[in-house]
This record gives sequence, C-alpha cells and structure tokens, in this order.
Amino acid sequence: MIDKRVASIAEALAGVKDGSVVLLGGFGVVGQPQELLEGLIAQGARDLTIVSNNAGFGSPMLPKLFGLGRVAKLVCSFPRPTPPAFEELFKAGKIALELVPQGTIAERIRAAAVGVPAFYTPTAVGTRLAEGKEIREFDGRTYVMERALHADVALIQAWRADRWGNLTYRGTGRNFNPVMAMAAKLTIVQTRHMVELGELDPESIVTPGIFVNRVVHVESADPPPA
Amino acid sequence: MTASVTEDVVKPWGRQEMAARLARDIPEGWYVNLGLGLPTLIPDHIPAGREVVFHSENGVLGMGPVPPKDQVDTWLVNATKQNITLVKGASLFHHADSFGMIRGGHLDLCVLGAYEVAENGDIANWATSQNDAVPAVGGAMDLSAGSKRLWVLMEHTTKDGLPRIVSRCAYPLTAACVVKRVYTNLAVIDVTERGFEVLDMAPGVTLESLQACTDAKLRMAG
Repeated sequence: MIDKRVASIAEALAGVKDGSVVLLGGFGVVGQPQELLEGLIAQGARDLTIVSNNAGFGSPMLPKLFGLGRVAKLVCSFPRPTPPAFEELFKAGKIALELVPQGTIAERIRAAAVGVPAFYTPTAVGTRLAEGKEIREFDGRTYVMERALHADVALIQAWRADRWGNLTYRGTGRNFNPVMAMAAKLTIVQTRHMVELGELDPESIVTPGIFVNRVVHVESADPPPA
Repeated sequence: MTASVTEDVVKPWGRQEMAARLARDIPEGWYVNLGLGLPTLIPDHIPAGREVVFHSENGVLGMGPVPPKDQVDTWLVNATKQNITLVKGASLFHHADSFGMIRGGHLDLCVLGAYEVAENGDIANWATSQNDAVPAVGGAMDLSAGSKRLWVLMEHTTKDGLPRIVSRCAYPLTAACVVKRVYTNLAVIDVTERGFEVLDMAPGVTLESLQACTDAKLRMAG
C-alpha cells in the first residue's frame, strides 16, 4: 500500500540536512506552510538556502529562521517589507540575497522539475539582473540564459490531499506550490484536509502524487485578512 | 507645478482623471495586468458592460473589486497581497502558468507606474540607486519584457518638479525599449521610433509648457 501520510510535523521534516536548498511555497502568507516552517525551525537544519517569493511578509516564521542564523542565502523576488531580522543580517554581510525576477524564479523551478537544465528568457535583458549571464539572440530578439533551480526540499501547503499525495489548493494559495512540489528531491506537504483515496476528482487534481513524498494533516488557520 | 505653466489656466488631471483617461483607451476583450499604485485605480473607470479581464500575477484571471469587510475570503489576494474578489468566469492557476501568460505575450496590456521613461521606451521603476539596502523587483521585469504592450501611468514630474520623461533613464532599468505610451497628469504621449509624440494634453497645457517640464524632445502626433 502506498501511504505517504506521516503522523507529525517532526516526522514530516525528519532528515532535512544542513546546507539544503529549500523551496518554500506561498505568496506572502497565503499558501505558505506555517506549521512546516515552524517544524523546520525546531528540526534544526542550518546553512540553508531558502527559495521564497517574499522574505517573511505577514508571518513571523521565516524572520525567526533568519534571526536564528540558520539561513545562508535567500533566493527571492520581493523581500519587502523587509523583516528587521533579514535586514540586519544582510547589512552585516551574514546572509546572501539572490534577487530574481518573479517569473524567472517560477520558470527556473519549473525547468528543474521537468528536466530542462537552462532556458532563455527576455526578462531582465538590459538590466543589472542580467549582468554576467549569457546573452543570445533568437529571431532578432535578445534573451538571457537562466539555469534550472534544483532543490533538496520543498515545503508545500495544500488544501486537500490523499495518501498517494495527490493535491488540490485553495484560492491564490496555489501560487508557487505546484511548481515547487514538482522540483525538489523531497517534497513535504501540509494539508488542511486529508481525504480518502478516490475522493479527489481526478479532473481537478492539481499536483499528481508522483511529485510528493510526505503529507501531514494540519488543521492550520486561514490566512489573516489583508 | 513648474514655473512655465500658468497656474490660472492649467488644470492638470487628478489621479482619478488620469486613471479614467487611460481606462477610456482599453477596448473590450483585453487581458490586462495592473501594477502597484496609480494603475490600481483603473478598473473603477472601465465603463459598465465593457468586458476587460484583469490578471494578477499570483495566479488570477478575472480579478474583481475589493470585497466588503464581512465578505472577505482571505485565501484570495492580489499582487499587493490585499484581499480581492473573483468575477464570474475567473480562473486560478499557478505561478509558472501565470508568468507563462506574461512572458509568452498573452497579456494585451500591462500598466505600470515608473520613476522614469526614456524616449527609446526604456523604463526604470524598481530601484532608485545602484545600491539599495535590500533590493526588490517582484514581477516588474517580467511584465515589462513580456506584455504585448506596456503603458506607464505616472505624474509628469517628481514632487520637486524634475522631469520623469527623459532622453535617457538615470535610474536602473526595468526593461529596455518596451514602453509604448505614457499617461501623466499633464498629457498622453506615445513612444515612437521618431521619439515622443503628444496625443492629448490636460486643459490649459501647451506643447511649450509641456516641453519645459520634459527632458526629451516632444512633438505633436499626426
């Protein structure tokens, strides 16, 4: 029997190693797996690279991880509003920031997920975010080469899940979660609802279970009004 | 207001009028992404019955207005992370699809605010120096490079009266040679191969007075 369910947050995060590249789902706090982040703080892995669209807007969890000195690098498109914990480390040179356009982050993750090592994009051509990168012309237009963003771990928030790891999402909580779920060696999901196998309509499954390794049921709170 | 513009005659467009002036030019059927700030005023000025579909880069087509406080679904937010509603016919999708729509040229229009627009269509709207403490770019570069057309909605000058429509951007670029049109509180200006061409001016504004607060050559269109 295939059963990817785990009983606790601690079990879900077991084995995350120091130095891991961690994809963190969510756009702001919506779709960000709060309890898995809390679990990562408790789990203790250090020297992490966190890939997240924001730097902890709307939730204390990611700033707490920064504050504990556990993050070596943040790959991010919009680290504002900037949590003081991040800003202090950044100004002191104790945390690296790789600023990447939002769509380029998504596509670099997608590329890693689908076996594409690199791609050319028009985004950022002629800007300082393309400096030092390969530039190439196709059919008269200029593009910059971007590399796939491979990851060790993905932390995902789903709305419904079954024991095979099939997932659906809620509202704009979908955001980066489906592509991140596809791209990591170890994909860990917290789900608001755990349902029986067969309950999810195959037509409406967004993330097929093949991409998922562990699912933990967490009756997490709705995002706060904003 | 600059010294060369006579205050008793000139009536610059207000923020709502600027948004309304731009909204007038969006035809039915366009898929449109709106950036932060002034552009968010545009949907209120689309005439009733004209179907324009608003895109939010965090995965929404068919974004509706801000809900009343007692009807908020906190799982629905826009790109500025404010709660929104969905209109009938709306769809939800993930980030790679959303930016595929953008990069793939499927959006008819993107409207952004900017610090500067240059006569070759360069836009600077994400950083004000080469060494911002903690830089942030979000989706601005994707939207600028990917949309079928990019219009900019901004004040014609800085608060100190300095030109923001310029021959060459001083701030770091968001994208090169992409802006098609600029809507300001004083004028509507096309970016063409011949340079800036003025399509429309606020009441009382003359080409001379407009030129005086613009750091690039202007000519009337047509």
